[in-house]
Amino acid sequence: MDAILQQFFNWGVMAQALPLLLKGLGMTLLICAVVIPLGALGGLLAALASTAQARALRWSAIAFVDLFRALPPLVLLIFIYAGLPFAGLRLSPFAAVTIAFFLNNSAYFAEIFRAGLLSVPKGQAEAALSTGLTPAQTLIWVRLPQATRNVLPDLLSNVVEIVKLTSLASVVSLGEMLHAADLVRSVTYNASPLILAAGLYLLLLWPLVRLIGRFERRIAG
Amino acid sequence: MDRFLDTFFNAEVLARYAPSILDGALVTVVLSVLIVLSGIGLGTLLACLRAYRIRPISFLIVIYADILRALPPLVVILVAYFGLPNVGVVLSASVVLYLVLTLVLAAFAEEIVWAGITSTPQGQWEAARSTGLGFTQALVWVVLPQAVRMVIPPLTNRAIAITKMTALGLVIGVPDILGNASTAQSFSANASPLTLAAIAYVILFLPFVIGSRWLEARFARPGA
Repeated sequence: MDAILQQFFNWGVMAQALPLLLKGLGMTLLICAVVIPLGALGGLLAALASTAQARALRWSAIAFVDLFRALPPLVLLIFIYAGLPFAGLRLSPFAAVTIAFFLNNSAYFAEIFRAGLLSVPKGQAEAALSTGLTPAQTLIWVRLPQATRNVLPDLLSNVVEIVKLTSLASVVSLGEMLHAADLVRSVTYNASPLILAAGLYLLLLWPLVRLIGRFERRIAG
Repeated sequence: MDRFLDTFFNAEVLARYAPSILDGALVTVVLSVLIVLSGIGLGTLLACLRAYRIRPISFLIVIYADILRALPPLVVILVAYFGLPNVGVVLSASVVLYLVLTLVLAAFAEEIVWAGITSTPQGQWEAARSTGLGFTQALVWVVLPQAVRMVIPPLTNRAIAITKMTALGLVIGVPDILGNASTAQSFSANASPLTLAAIAYVILFLPFVIGSRWLEARFARPGA
């Protein structure tokens, strides 16, 4: 029992690690702040393309989405970070992470927005157009608000997935929270910094996970 | 163009490392199949346990599911791989990856199957019980089959997302597709093994992604 406490809940080691972890948390949040809006925007565009009339546009959007849903994000990240330099394209860890996660998230956001757009009855768009709104206005003021509301739990759940995904950035030595924790772990030979990181992730994400559960129950009920 | 081909599709490098990546593919496939079977099995079992509505047990299940859905799997993998040996539990990298991803998939599967169980109409329970079935019989033979049918699309999506995470094995040295490709890339100083790995993942997972799209079109999602 003592060994377990010593190895996983060593307060001394945790106190030592905390400042570094909080700095890492800042980076985690920065990645999220860049990748979530970019991914949502990319996803929305891909969703619009995948529900468009033009067949070529529709199929290329679906191919993009399926390709990046099939590829594990870590494979994409390693390919961009470790593979592209051989072709003379050297990216900073932050740029590599942003590009990899943007491609990955756009695909997931696209599927969610697509389901949302398809869930809005056709009559809504027809009614909006008949009142003289342009197609763009119809999209922004009539279709999107309803579509977003219908898939709100899925959107939130994807945000949780993205925050969790940022931990992969540790693999390319971008100093986010997990990287900081693992660094201290490797110096102290003690797993407590990882437990502390786990605690901070829980603090950040548990409320969101609960909130999503509540939304889902309300919509289902 | 030549430089591009030489960097990403170098025939000589591809030929030399294809066998090792194929070995990796076998590891990825075996791990994925085991994770899906045991993860969904354990998740379904927990959802059924929760149906008995015994407070302390339900509470523990909810806590378990919440924590493993909120934590990044990579954190859990690192804790298990680097922390456990110091308290006397030594597991190989592949076993750690299998156990952690099984537990994560089980947490998601529990929530999804539970949503299916709660959205099965009450009348199904009542009808089953009125024919003389016990609670467990009603659950297993009447409610669960309907619940699982309802949640097949989200369950499939989640299973794909979690099995893709076998690539995280790279970090602790599992010899899967990405692990072997990454080793090959550093030996050959060439990106072709990574290209091959990406292709291997797409070949393995794309059919399931397309299949899930088909499933989604076919089944209406509960709550959507």
